[in-house]
Amino acid sequence: MADPAVLKQLRESLRGLETGGFRRRPALPFNIEAVDSRLADGGLRLDALHEVAAGTSDMADDCAATLFLAGIAARAWGPVLWVVRRRDLFAPGLAQSGLDPKRLIYAEAKDDAELLAVMEEGLRHRGLGAVIGEAKRADMTATRRLQLAAEGGRTIALLMKRAAREGSDPIGMPSAAVTRWRVTSAPSTKLPVEGVGRARWKLELARQKGGEGFEIIVEACDASGRCALPPVMAHRKAVAGGTAPRRAA
Amino acid sequence: MGAGGCPSIPPRSGEELCAPLVTSLRNGSRIEIAAACPAAQALGLRSGMAVTQARAQVRGLDVRPADPEGDLASLKSLAILAARRWSPCVALSGTDGLFLDLSGTAHLFGGEAAMARRIVRLLARAGFTARIAIADTPGAAWALARYHGYCLCPPGEQGAALAELPTAALRIDEAAVELLKRLGVDRIGQLSALPRAPLTRRFGAATVLRLDQALGRIAEPLDPVIPPESIAVQQRFAEPIASAEAIEHWLATLTPRLAAALETEGLGVQALECVADRIDGVPQRIRIGLARPNRDPAHLLRLLKRRIEDVEPGYGIDAITLHVRRAAPLGPEPVVERLDEEAAPDIATLVDTLATRIGQAAMWRMRPVESDVPERSEARAPVLDPPARPAQRGKRDDVRQLDRNPPLPPWHPGWPRPTRLLRRPERLDHVIAELPDQPPRRFTWRGQPHRVIHADGPERIQGEWWKRDAERMSVRDYFRVEDEAGRRYWLFRAGDGERAVTGDLSWYLHGVFG
Repeated sequence: MADPAVLKQLRESLRGLETGGFRRRPALPFNIEAVDSRLADGGLRLDALHEVAAGTSDMADDCAATLFLAGIAARAWGPVLWVVRRRDLFAPGLAQSGLDPKRLIYAEAKDDAELLAVMEEGLRHRGLGAVIGEAKRADMTATRRLQLAAEGGRTIALLMKRAAREGSDPIGMPSAAVTRWRVTSAPSTKLPVEGVGRARWKLELARQKGGEGFEIIVEACDASGRCALPPVMAHRKAVAGGTAPRRAA
Repeated sequence: MGAGGCPSIPPRSGEELCAPLVTSLRNGSRIEIAAACPAAQALGLRSGMAVTQARAQVRGLDVRPADPEGDLASLKSLAILAARRWSPCVALSGTDGLFLDLSGTAHLFGGEAAMARRIVRLLARAGFTARIAIADTPGAAWALARYHGYCLCPPGEQGAALAELPTAALRIDEAAVELLKRLGVDRIGQLSALPRAPLTRRFGAATVLRLDQALGRIAEPLDPVIPPESIAVQQRFAEPIASAEAIEHWLATLTPRLAAALETEGLGVQALECVADRIDGVPQRIRIGLARPNRDPAHLLRLLKRRIEDVEPGYGIDAITLHVRRAAPLGPEPVVERLDEEAAPDIATLVDTLATRIGQAAMWRMRPVESDVPERSEARAPVLDPPARPAQRGKRDDVRQLDRNPPLPPWHPGWPRPTRLLRRPERLDHVIAELPDQPPRRFTWRGQPHRVIHADGPERIQGEWWKRDAERMSVRDYFRVEDEAGRRYWLFRAGDGERAVTGDLSWYLHGVFG
């Protein structure tokens, strides 16, 4: 019979090995209980790669994914490097979801290989809060490089994936990203008067490391980059006594 | 042998005909003319006149403040140019002249006369009016250039050449000139004929010294300007190298040497060129630029290493040189010690690294522009040091001084703006909308029909008539619409729906919301 103290010590050292030694892994929470509780790290890990894609090939969904990224970057710290392929980002629109133009640096890449190399440079520099890229093709090797470059720092790597061909699923490809999201526009919050209410998105976490995927409808980023639960859902949650609902209204 | 020249202020192109120009300089309580252009001199204006008198004499006189420090600085840079181009020994002479020691260099330019003409032509191309004289001694050249004009004094003839010039040409002080004039001595010839002992007793050693210097009896040493040498470090190899590893190794030894050389000069490099001399004489060049002056050897090496692939070693490289092409002062900078917050990370190194990869032009920031027209409301700005607009302090009687409100943000947070803006608005088809101010019920964009469920608008944006005349009447009515799937678009209609001059009522899609 082994000594319980020795067993405990062994268990602790094993736990240390399992988590790669004692390391605090800062994460960026969404501050939405229904989302954060289902993410393995309680939020988006700062030193990791996350992939986002639009749900459909429509440009409105592409823009929803863009704003989702902008909101995450706005809530991160420090300067943000956005590596683009096209020059169609509109700074006033990004500023309305909390991404200050003073923080944002744009870089234009000629092709996907250059884009991934520039992203990797930005991640290795350690002086940026977030690095965002828009790529069509990023295979397992490329994403693993990005993930390795992000590890150990505090720069969140966000890769927006576009469909390489019409109808293909950008998220379905193998990738080393920690979380993979799919963002689609949803009908906006109804107003008692005529007009367009606050935008809503259907967020779908297609895959995550160490957890399961889920689907939720949230309200789009506000002026500080924060998403929120739609009011109906928040109401139902209060009635149901705090259990997270499976489906959104 | 010396040459004295006196360049004057550069002439203005095309303005000569407008108004005579003088520059003014404050001298005590009096504002005097420092220099006058040829047109002003023809009207009788001389340097040293009071500006008020000049204004009274000439109507429409253009008076500008003189810039003595700037003039001296440009004279110095001219001296450095001359030292690099004409003669190794060039000295400043007062604030308006240069001494060039032509000993042993005149034959390189086709003799003294040809050289003098070439110098005058070169200065004329640079915008200077120059007078030049060549003589055995600096003193004689000085005197001849100022009091005689273009003159080539043959060797040993300066006594005869100077004899007819006034005594002021000897660079002696005004009191001595005045006293000599009272004694009836006006010419240098008269002065040199006087007995020396009483002359020394009466005027002091300085006058006689200047006379002897001008006539060549006493040597006059010049204080030459030394042109700054560009910094370069070189490594030669006994055996030619050809592999990337070897080049990298030698770059790693060269960059610390370069950094040490820069540190002694207190400089940071802005543009660096690495030249690898190939055996067959075709130099291989790597050029890197830095966003901010830097002399960190590790950073320079990192930038150079990325471009090693550009070097084609061929049969081998027998020398590598690092040339500093542009440098700027880089001194110690104050460290802001804040315990409560972290210092802002320095992204200059990142900008350098990315600039070597994708080029400086492919990186930018967006800067707000005060314009309501969406495509004009942002402009590209350099990544580093975004120029903070200085707070312009208006005049005391400006009514805007009464406005105590903080400045408005250039992009209004209340008006929704799209995430992506199309480069050109795209025309919509099959639009059904009520006039004059209703949003469309349905529209077709890129072949796909959309049914509008919710809409906001119109937000009317008028053309900027102060920028382009064609926009005088044009109007865009913007609508934010949402279709049945929740996709939000930014549409506009050209024209206000009432007057045909404001637009042709066609519909466009300009941006997409997320």
